[in-house]
Amino acid sequence: MSERILELQVNGETHRLLSSDHRTLLEVLREDLALTGTKHGCDAGECGACTVLLDGRPALACLVLASQIRGKVITTIEGLSESGQPHELQTAFADLGAAQCGYCTPGMILSSAALLDEVPDPSRDDINQALAGNLCRCTGYSKIVEAVHFVAGGGQDR
Amino acid sequence: MTVEHTAVGRRTPRVDAMDQTTGRIRYADDLNPAGVLVGRQLRSTHSHALIKSIDTSAALALAGVKAVITGADLPVSYGILPVSQDEHALALHRVRHVGEPVAAVAAVDAETAERALGLIDVHYEPLDEIVNLDHALADDLPLIHGEGLGQNVHRKAALEFGDVDEGLAAAHHVREDVYFFRGNTHAALETQAAVASYSADGKLTLWSSTQVPHYVHRSLARVLEMPAGRIRVIATPNGGGFGGKTDPFSHELVVAKLAMLTGRPVKINLSREDVFYAHRGRHPVLMWVKTGFESDGRITAMHFKSFLDGGAFGSYGPASLYYTGALQATTYRIPNYRFEGVRVFTNKPACGPKRGHGTPQARFAIETQLDKAADDLGLDPLAIRVRNLIEPYSMTVNHLRITSCGLSDCIDDVIKASGFAEKRGKLPPGRGIGLAVGCYMSGAGLPIYFNKMPQSEVQLKVDRGGGVTVYSMATDVGQGSTSMLAIVVAECLGLEPGDLTMVTADTDLTPVDLGSYSSRVTFMAGNAALEAATKVRQRVVDAVANHLEAVPEDLLVEGGHVHVVGDPDSGVTWAEGVVLATVADGPLIESGSYTAPKLAGPYKGAGVGISPAFSFTACVVELECDAETGLVDVADVWVAHDIGKALNLLHSEGQVEGGVYMGLGEALFEEHAFRGALHRGPSLLDYKIPTTLEMPPVHTTLIESDDPEGPFGAKEVGQGPLLPVIPAVANAIHDALGVHIDEVPMTPDKIVAAMRNSARGGSGRIGPSAVPDFDFGEAVMVEPPEGFVAP
Repeated sequence: MSERILELQVNGETHRLLSSDHRTLLEVLREDLALTGTKHGCDAGECGACTVLLDGRPALACLVLASQIRGKVITTIEGLSESGQPHELQTAFADLGAAQCGYCTPGMILSSAALLDEVPDPSRDDINQALAGNLCRCTGYSKIVEAVHFVAGGGQDR
Repeated sequence: MTVEHTAVGRRTPRVDAMDQTTGRIRYADDLNPAGVLVGRQLRSTHSHALIKSIDTSAALALAGVKAVITGADLPVSYGILPVSQDEHALALHRVRHVGEPVAAVAAVDAETAERALGLIDVHYEPLDEIVNLDHALADDLPLIHGEGLGQNVHRKAALEFGDVDEGLAAAHHVREDVYFFRGNTHAALETQAAVASYSADGKLTLWSSTQVPHYVHRSLARVLEMPAGRIRVIATPNGGGFGGKTDPFSHELVVAKLAMLTGRPVKINLSREDVFYAHRGRHPVLMWVKTGFESDGRITAMHFKSFLDGGAFGSYGPASLYYTGALQATTYRIPNYRFEGVRVFTNKPACGPKRGHGTPQARFAIETQLDKAADDLGLDPLAIRVRNLIEPYSMTVNHLRITSCGLSDCIDDVIKASGFAEKRGKLPPGRGIGLAVGCYMSGAGLPIYFNKMPQSEVQLKVDRGGGVTVYSMATDVGQGSTSMLAIVVAECLGLEPGDLTMVTADTDLTPVDLGSYSSRVTFMAGNAALEAATKVRQRVVDAVANHLEAVPEDLLVEGGHVHVVGDPDSGVTWAEGVVLATVADGPLIESGSYTAPKLAGPYKGAGVGISPAFSFTACVVELECDAETGLVDVADVWVAHDIGKALNLLHSEGQVEGGVYMGLGEALFEEHAFRGALHRGPSLLDYKIPTTLEMPPVHTTLIESDDPEGPFGAKEVGQGPLLPVIPAVANAIHDALGVHIDEVPMTPDKIVAAMRNSARGGSGRIGPSAVPDFDFGEAVMVEPPEGFVAP
């Protein structure tokens, strides 16, 4: 098992750590950096619970080796809030009942953030497409899509 | 009378919502105590075999391995029901399904633990495997539990209420139908995890993603042979439950034993594959139902048989069995009813309770049969249901007490909202609409183990600054039970739900609540919280009245203030009131409890199905179904649910939407499928669940029938809304294409086969043709309850 020093840019901080080549980004985030907001649901790229942003694009942390990151900027759910203020998606998901058990929520919010970054005014179809890789077993998705739509509309009910 | 509420009935976010959305909430697998070891379980590769030997020496010798255990280290059996103590934490002498835990290790890291598992040498002697109902009912195959050969019958039941033969003989029309509901599983997004820690002075703590910390507590005490007082169980927030975390599980016992042996904390997090083997999901049930009807559609009698494939262990099985026959008469007035059922053992992961526990299968059968009968009689699906509808405040023939019932309003709502009358039978070919109803319990009337203690206890402690802490063992599995408790207490004390401190699901700190199953928490813990809060309120009101020289009855507690009605400027702040009450009578600590009334009828099995209240649901599904490919595209779902009173509009809607979602997945494609005894695909890629792309708009209405015994009139919403969805889909497919899909899931291949059968001049029906000829024994004859009026 070869090990190397990794330099990871996570949530605006640079971390240098020694890690085995075969470890996934999910393992390093959760175990080495104690960023447990990124969830483990399947370890096989099926559920989307481990979604993080790499240079602003959604990626499944269970399918990416930490050693492959090479300078990309990593954002986890803990890094989405800025200067202590929650991201408006975080507030909207909370206020509009988009989280029940909450386990899919970090991944959902990060996928939604990436969508809104690229398509500021998405249709419901756009939202459904963007979140199709994030499984939720509780909500039936209605309130999740509603929350994203709400934020896209500038916090207005539409 | 309209009651003005302050906290009840709003769209209230969960009390932990921001912790959830910012990633701060800690699930079991997020806990990493210093020095924690990684635990892993070795799982059986055989479906049915004797364990001839296990050699753990090579694994133990591996550097970094701290402990290796086998069945011999945890020899005491356990099981969720007192009558089915048939499990072992690690298989003892025999394995009964592929994936059953056989040995376990604790090591310094995951790689070492995995490698150690590979070094454990198990010698198996394979036995004939029993993989389906036919095998299980054969008498020349080995017993899965016991020695020798014979039928693998776990439990059977035969009950008759009224006179079914007479009722059928008097019928104008009799239908016999056979159905098969294949099994499926919960697939909660969080895989189960547990962390155990053992202190130097011999105290064990277990953090676990369990829905039932009280029952896990009891199981740990039994298996570890330790006093319960030395064991603390903390249920961490569950990343979804749906019934999949309501048994005590192998990994919970194993991780505790490993922590005790190593003196270090140990964690086991099940892999996604492991979760499919832990299972406890929906039973596959083969059903036969014979129902007699008058010419106007009135039911004269029903005879229902069910055959449950239970998998390898008892689990909740005896309850599951009775549930397949318990709730038929709660939506329709059935004057004569016979139920015969059998649950068998097979060499597959054990089935158990999943959302609706044993009742969705039967609901599918009777709701689709009603549509068929309506067609036979020239009635429409609405008319036949209305003709048979249950009356509020009535007894069913099998001794279930129905109180508040808004089913009629539910049906009216979905019929109007969907345009059912204008659409049914009139949509273009390939498009159809279907109606079904359902009913579920607001909490099982009896606890799982016999006792006369309260089913839920809640304690309130008020700080001298006015802060209120609520202590309850109610376990939040995502349904929002903690928020529900906060709303109930806040309403009573004139505070905001977010002001309260909630301490939940901890056997050391919180008084007992039996757990999050059977939709019991709002009704039972809610009532217990209301009683505790009412006592606190009364003490504050009395003290303030004394202080103001007013009459307690004239005081109002609202908005953090206690004052005379109509004079908000009078009085004191809540915090000042708390000080006055504490001065007057000492510590402001009160408790409340809930015990369900005695409801069981006079027969064995009567404990299953009774509940202090029932919720009711009506559902209409409109869909497109492609006659060539069999692909179903659900266009809209209208659902109306009688919740009694919605304590939290936001999350009550969420429960309905989630129930519809899960029902659609079960109706259309979810299946816990096996090839022989081997799971066909223990992954979320193979076990497909609906994504955003499959979900139609869900139009939800909450009907408030104001239950006389529920907290503020509330009843359950977590399970009931799933029930009518599956038959509504089946009825809609029939309306779309004229075919009957009598087997769940209603996958495209079955729809195509039914269309081909129809094109060849057949019945256009797909489903099982018969049920086994099984001797259920003589039915226990039960007189209908006193005051039962046949329709």
